[in-house]
Amino acid sequence: MQKILCIFLLLLASNAHAALNIFACEPEWAALAQELAGDKANIYAATNALQDPHHVEARPSLIARARGAQLVVCTGAELEVGWLPVILRESGNPDIAVGRPGYFEATHYVHMLEIPARLDRAEGDVHAAGNPHIQLDARNYPPIAQALSARLAELDPANAAFYNGRLQAFSSAWQSALKRWEANAAPLKGQPVLVHHRAYPYLEAWLGLKQVAELEPKPGMEPSAAYLAQVLGELQQHPARMVIRSAYQNAKPSEWIAQHAHVNIVALPFSVGGSPGAKDLFGLFDDTIARLLEGLK
Amino acid sequence: MHKYAIFFVVLCAPLSAHAANDAELQTMREQIRQLEQRMQQAEASQPAEHDHAGSGENAFNPAVSLILSGSYGRLTQDTAIPSTGFALSPNNHGYSRSFSLKESELGISANIDPQFRGVATFALAPEGGSSVENAFVQTTSLGQGLNLKMGRFFSGLGYLNEQHAHAWDFIDQPLVYRTFWDNQLGDDGLQLKWLAPTDTFIELGTEIGRGRGYPGSNSQISNGAGATALFAHVGDDAGVSSSWRVGISLHQTRQSNWVSTNVPSKNGSLLSDSFSGDSNTAGLDFVWKYAPDGNTSETSFKLQGEYFQRKQDGVLTYDYTQPGAATVGANLSGNYSVTQSGWYVQGVYQFMPLWRAGLRYDQLDPGIAQVGATISANVISDYAYTPTRSTLMLDYSPSEFSRLRLQLAQDKSRADLIDNQVFLQYVMSLGAHGAHQF
Repeated sequence: MQKILCIFLLLLASNAHAALNIFACEPEWAALAQELAGDKANIYAATNALQDPHHVEARPSLIARARGAQLVVCTGAELEVGWLPVILRESGNPDIAVGRPGYFEATHYVHMLEIPARLDRAEGDVHAAGNPHIQLDARNYPPIAQALSARLAELDPANAAFYNGRLQAFSSAWQSALKRWEANAAPLKGQPVLVHHRAYPYLEAWLGLKQVAELEPKPGMEPSAAYLAQVLGELQQHPARMVIRSAYQNAKPSEWIAQHAHVNIVALPFSVGGSPGAKDLFGLFDDTIARLLEGLK
Repeated sequence: MHKYAIFFVVLCAPLSAHAANDAELQTMREQIRQLEQRMQQAEASQPAEHDHAGSGENAFNPAVSLILSGSYGRLTQDTAIPSTGFALSPNNHGYSRSFSLKESELGISANIDPQFRGVATFALAPEGGSSVENAFVQTTSLGQGLNLKMGRFFSGLGYLNEQHAHAWDFIDQPLVYRTFWDNQLGDDGLQLKWLAPTDTFIELGTEIGRGRGYPGSNSQISNGAGATALFAHVGDDAGVSSSWRVGISLHQTRQSNWVSTNVPSKNGSLLSDSFSGDSNTAGLDFVWKYAPDGNTSETSFKLQGEYFQRKQDGVLTYDYTQPGAATVGANLSGNYSVTQSGWYVQGVYQFMPLWRAGLRYDQLDPGIAQVGATISANVISDYAYTPTRSTLMLDYSPSEFSRLRLQLAQDKSRADLIDNQVFLQYVMSLGAHGAHQF
């Protein structure tokens, strides 16, 4: 009996020392965690790039995965406010509660854009902490990677050196990729664009794109026919080169405006997995820039 | 911050430089330059953590929300008539003819401290007065998948029971919820839930309480628990587009002197009856949600159904007289035992963003009661009728905070009385809006 108990306890103990279980709210953070933790972590992505991260169901599978997670990696800035609180609460896992080392918000480590001066739901789906779609500025990744790597080391000190090594490798690869992307994207500078959702301020700030209009009348509100006609009118005065939408968004509004305003449609992957080329974080930006350049033609 | 400090030092430097000679000034400048350099290095090597309030429902501490709802109803039958065979059950349908304000719901929630979170929901009745719908504290740091709730809460049994009225897909509850749980089972007591450490969602829960909600009798005569419940839920994803949850529930309580008015009897009169006895209920529930690629903002489909069966076994007092009533009834008591059941199945299809259509079918089985010899001459044992209802719904949600709904129903829950119903409803929420459960 004692032997069995010993074996059982050993099994439990060995299980506790197995790889870190990471619950990533969005696929870009799953990909970043993969870069930084390699095979030392089991990574579960709660959403995919074809899902609208604002509207995700608090599915039983997510609660079950959160129960066993040592680290939750999310965007923050209220992007997941409609589903994550239920998951954290129902998981019965205090290690990943907000404010604990097991809870990581990427928006804490970057400079936020579009922090609203006025909080009013009449303005649509605005976030008090700023626009949460930080993942499309490649310059945001080094500080997030550094903080995430430090968090991994804090939670799993035995592998701290390993995580640091992965961070150095990732950072130097990222720096050279950044140079490449910025060189390739040079023709995009100053180009006027039309966007479906207010999802690209970071991308625009990075590459120098100039947003002339949005298809959504207010952030998060579906574009209506009347509003699209109004946008079309505005385009007479401020013509755009292309209309941008994300993989998860309805294609119809951008198709309509593209047809009537004679501009190219660019469907961006928005996150890892949003297009065949966006297999990892490097692929995400290679593909994003290639598609934007295609939109200039 | 650092930059300001340096700026300050630099500003002050000329003042104190009065007595200093050039050499000292030179040293100071060099020191400042080095300091500046070190700070820049420190800033570059450390990811700056930008200050902003944490997100989550505690961004507003506490989170306050208010639900506003109103409806218009057009009915062809009197709402007071209960479903055939269920005159001994509640008939609180929650709607009325013409224009009416529905309950306004004020909710407040926040973490209390690192160990507890508190939630209170007050229902403000349109005719005035308020009631405490929910008021509970729950643990946040037990760990091991454990969650303990204390206070007044909606029971975790079934699927719909825990959902607040503003989250319902129809203006009213299924018939089985109306008759078996007085729309929603709430109790004052304890709930303990445990989530298994598996990748498949397996949740076990148990509740004990005073038996505040029907079929409990809110008994104050005993020190023990008035009602107990057990439930288990299992759920998972099926591919990227589908997810599901199934559940089983058991509920046990004792009804004591539950008085129903307008109960039909064999001689055709409507009288008051009183029932005391055991009430045991078992339930099954399932929900399946589908959205292409899991993207619910375009199109999605939800199918859900629940079945409950209840056995009541005790003593029925026919033509019961309330203490102090003017006229004295027969007050005949006898054994009474009946097994009743009910189910519903409903599908809601979001056919385009913001628009949803739903269909629901309800059915009840009043069962055949075993009636003791002393009262069998008066008490109906077999109503020989199966109450049913079909409901159609269309709703439009301009945003996640507002919803407008049209509902059409053909209610055949009362023998020989077909009620054709038309409802219009608005449900809106302002303030912090908590995340919805699956």
